[in-house]
Amino acid sequence: MVPLSNYLALSGILFGCGVIGFLIKRNIITIFMSIELMLNGVNLSFVAFAAQWHALRGQIFVFFVMVVAAAEATVGLAIIIAVYRTRETLNVDRVNLLKL
Amino acid sequence: MLHYTLFLTFGAICVAGAVNLLIQRHPINSALSLVAVMASLAVEYLLLGAEFVAAVQVIIYAGAIMVLFVFVIMLLNAGEEARTGESRIALLLGIPGILTGAVLVAWVLEHAGSPAVAAGALPGSPRVIGWLLFHDFLLPFEVTSVLVLIAIMGAVVLASPAAKSISEGTQN
Repeated sequence: MVPLSNYLALSGILFGCGVIGFLIKRNIITIFMSIELMLNGVNLSFVAFAAQWHALRGQIFVFFVMVVAAAEATVGLAIIIAVYRTRETLNVDRVNLLKL
Repeated sequence: MLHYTLFLTFGAICVAGAVNLLIQRHPINSALSLVAVMASLAVEYLLLGAEFVAAVQVIIYAGAIMVLFVFVIMLLNAGEEARTGESRIALLLGIPGILTGAVLVAWVLEHAGSPAVAAGALPGSPRVIGWLLFHDFLLPFEVTSVLVLIAIMGAVVLASPAAKSISEGTQN
């Protein structure tokens, strides 16, 4: 038996690490991975609440979040490849113009 | 007691992987620590009785999405992150922010009067999930397939070199 608050604390720590990584990282791929970390933290709280309230719909929501994350990863990585092709850098500090 | 030990062990691996993702400067190391985070999260899902979600977590997240990440890192030959100058405002705001977050987490752990979650209390087997997915959530499921199709087309258009030459051709 694990209290719900422990799951929520773990979920909050993961989300917080994602936010910090999003803010301090300079590599565009690592920033993208931090977003995935945030999504994982949210998924954990979804599953914990689903178990808490005996509502399986929470797990269905996790499924949809995963599908959206997969779609986001495909499009995002394609954008990263396109950015690298035109600018030849992955540092977000050097990607500060919409138009070359 | 066994459940709590398992929760603590894999929760510690989760947090260690997340912190390692922040510390590492090479993106491939960050990606591998993210794989560790996702795999131990799958164990946490199993402890909560969500078998289907745990399997999908390993297959889709730790499998498909992270393979895509590693593939792109290798393809672009991403090297070590360049160190940029430290900003003073980040230190001024970040350290109090981290301390506040830690205090909040500790307060939640101390004062939460929530009842305990029994491991395996919920039948999250693929059979039940599939029934819900194909009856109550049929329309969202089908909309999801359209979303994935659009994502595939977007990725092909954005990442193919042909798209670039076409756009250059129209410009010239």
